[in-house]
Amino acid sequence: MNTQLLLIQVFNGLVNGAFYALLSLGLAVIFGMLRIVNFMHGALYMLGAFTAFALGQAFGLGFWPALILAPLIVGVLGMVLERTLLSRLYGLEPSYNLLLTFGLTLLTQDLVKQVMLSQFAVSSAPYTTPEVLTGVVNLGFVVFPKYRLFVIALTLVICLVTWFVIEKTRVGAIIRASTENPSVTRAFGIDVSKWVTGVFGVGVGLAGLAGVLAAPIYSVEPYMGAELIITTFAVVVIGGLGSILGSVVTGFAVGVLAAVGAAIYPPIANTLVFVLMAIVLLVRPSGLFGLPEGTR
Amino acid sequence: MKKAKLTAIIAPALVTAALFSVTAALAQGAKLSDNAIKIGVLTDLSGVYSELSGPGSVKAAQMAADDFMATNAAYKGKVQVIGVDHQNKADVASNKAAEMIDRQNVDVLMDLPTSSAALAASEVAKGKKIPVMVVTGGTTALTNEKCSKYTFHYAYDNFMLANGTGTAVTKRGGNSWYIIYPNYAFGQDLDRQMTAAIKENGGKLVTPSDATPFPNTDFSSYLLKAQSLKPKIFGTMQAGNDLVNVVKQYNEFGLKKQGIGLGIGLLFETDVAALGQDAYAGALATVPWYWNLDQRSRDWTAKFEKAFGKKPTWAQAGVYSATMTYLQAVSRAKSDNGDAVVKALEGYRFSDFFARSAYIRPQDHRVTLDVYTVQVKAKAQAKEAGDIFTKVATIPSAKAFAPVAETKCKF
Repeated sequence: MNTQLLLIQVFNGLVNGAFYALLSLGLAVIFGMLRIVNFMHGALYMLGAFTAFALGQAFGLGFWPALILAPLIVGVLGMVLERTLLSRLYGLEPSYNLLLTFGLTLLTQDLVKQVMLSQFAVSSAPYTTPEVLTGVVNLGFVVFPKYRLFVIALTLVICLVTWFVIEKTRVGAIIRASTENPSVTRAFGIDVSKWVTGVFGVGVGLAGLAGVLAAPIYSVEPYMGAELIITTFAVVVIGGLGSILGSVVTGFAVGVLAAVGAAIYPPIANTLVFVLMAIVLLVRPSGLFGLPEGTR
Repeated sequence: MKKAKLTAIIAPALVTAALFSVTAALAQGAKLSDNAIKIGVLTDLSGVYSELSGPGSVKAAQMAADDFMATNAAYKGKVQVIGVDHQNKADVASNKAAEMIDRQNVDVLMDLPTSSAALAASEVAKGKKIPVMVVTGGTTALTNEKCSKYTFHYAYDNFMLANGTGTAVTKRGGNSWYIIYPNYAFGQDLDRQMTAAIKENGGKLVTPSDATPFPNTDFSSYLLKAQSLKPKIFGTMQAGNDLVNVVKQYNEFGLKKQGIGLGIGLLFETDVAALGQDAYAGALATVPWYWNLDQRSRDWTAKFEKAFGKKPTWAQAGVYSATMTYLQAVSRAKSDNGDAVVKALEGYRFSDFFARSAYIRPQDHRVTLDVYTVQVKAKAQAKEAGDIFTKVATIPSAKAFAPVAETKCKF
């Protein structure tokens, strides 16, 4: 493995890293603000990809409108689920909402499978890369697909915007206050539950967005989120539960590590992240960027 | 002189008529358990293989039953077809096979996609002395260490795929390869046989094959490796969704333009449909049949399309052929008893629209037939809807499968 190959794989790892970052960002926001372990995240990512495909099939909408619409649709669906189901479990053990979201995952996967087979007669849906972004760019050290470069760039922008909103704006301050101390926040006349629903919607909307971005690269099928969610949870744990910066940095880092690992010794690619998680938990139980409970 | 001519015409006619009445009489005397031949299509009715086999396989078996009854008056109304879902799970296949045989009195099991499910059903049927025709399952274990006196392996197997594609591609100048394979029995098997076929024909691997996790979505690391190693052929042994991901990303990384061709282990028409044929254009694979192979195949396809609304995959056409072959064996044996049918099938030679120069090997129950290495056409070259393959080579029945001398099968 020479330096150039290594460099190529590091660069390539940023693409997968972008998906991990987008997904774990949503998970981190939801967990940090609402203390919900949202197991449905992978299924909602799949729904984002599937919605993009369905919009194209039913209304002839291309990639760009889908990039806006699909996350909105997934986000709204998330808010409905939060209002009708998740909100009933607040104050109970976290394992309850883990079970609920896991059940919803199974339900969503099978529903999409049935719809795909009955309505579109496919078990995996074709989705083409937008015209502007097809083809490859020669970057000197590697020939790389344009579309993947776009995925890296867009993800970085979205992560930065999310971080900025939460850390530097009034909206972010309200959200942080609502999670830090809901009763005091209510005393200031702020409707906390509305904010909670909104945050959940944005969090799962990010998963939907990741799904649309994935559609031209990966095959769109009912179980596309199943494996990804496990890795994403590991990323969140390594980064520190609820830490936004942690989830983004770790997401990209894990993507890079897995790509380099796959190139050197393929069987390790999928286990690397869990080995890393075990080490981090031994050394820093609250994750790399997480603060121990109670010091927040 | 005139008399002689007349005799020449009449004699054969008389002989034929006599023979016909004899066979009719014999068919009348055929021994059928519960007075019916019940064909159990055990397949994937709802999962990943339901498009390439599934309901289409059940329809194909039903067509074969109807055609058989139409030409064999004695069996009119006596052949039934049942379709059952095994969900691609070995344990479900086991239970369903037992249930079909014990409760529904099924006389034969058909299709069986997914190797593990095929092996499980074969094991159950062996204990109950019921013939099995495996069409869509690919493992060579069925005719080797896990063979059964009652199981026949139709259409294709992993050796045929690897041997056909590895040989044809290497001979055409694609003599340097980089192979990736999914890390489970099917993939390991295919990689081993593909590598052997390449080396046998003077080709080489530029680097040892890479095992990829299964299932896997992202293959970019391997594609970038191929980009820097520059083999003439990038070989993918992935199947189903993994294959779709590989091909999607092979195109995305522009490997074709960089002069790296695509060699595919197992390819179904439905895989091509999932991405459109341009994504696969130029790729090579080996198949036992395709719908526009020749006029005979087209004629059958037209009938199937009318009945099912879609063109058949080679797996579905194989189920029709296997069902017909089984029914003809029943009529030769004049019984649907398992042992009698097995005897009638062993050593049988035949040719139909699907299986050309076919022979059922008595030693291991491998059904050999002519197979074809095909190249996927670009959309622009397609003359009609569904026209996706160009024939590159025909591999004769006797050479397409592992030699009988090498089988590890002991009944």
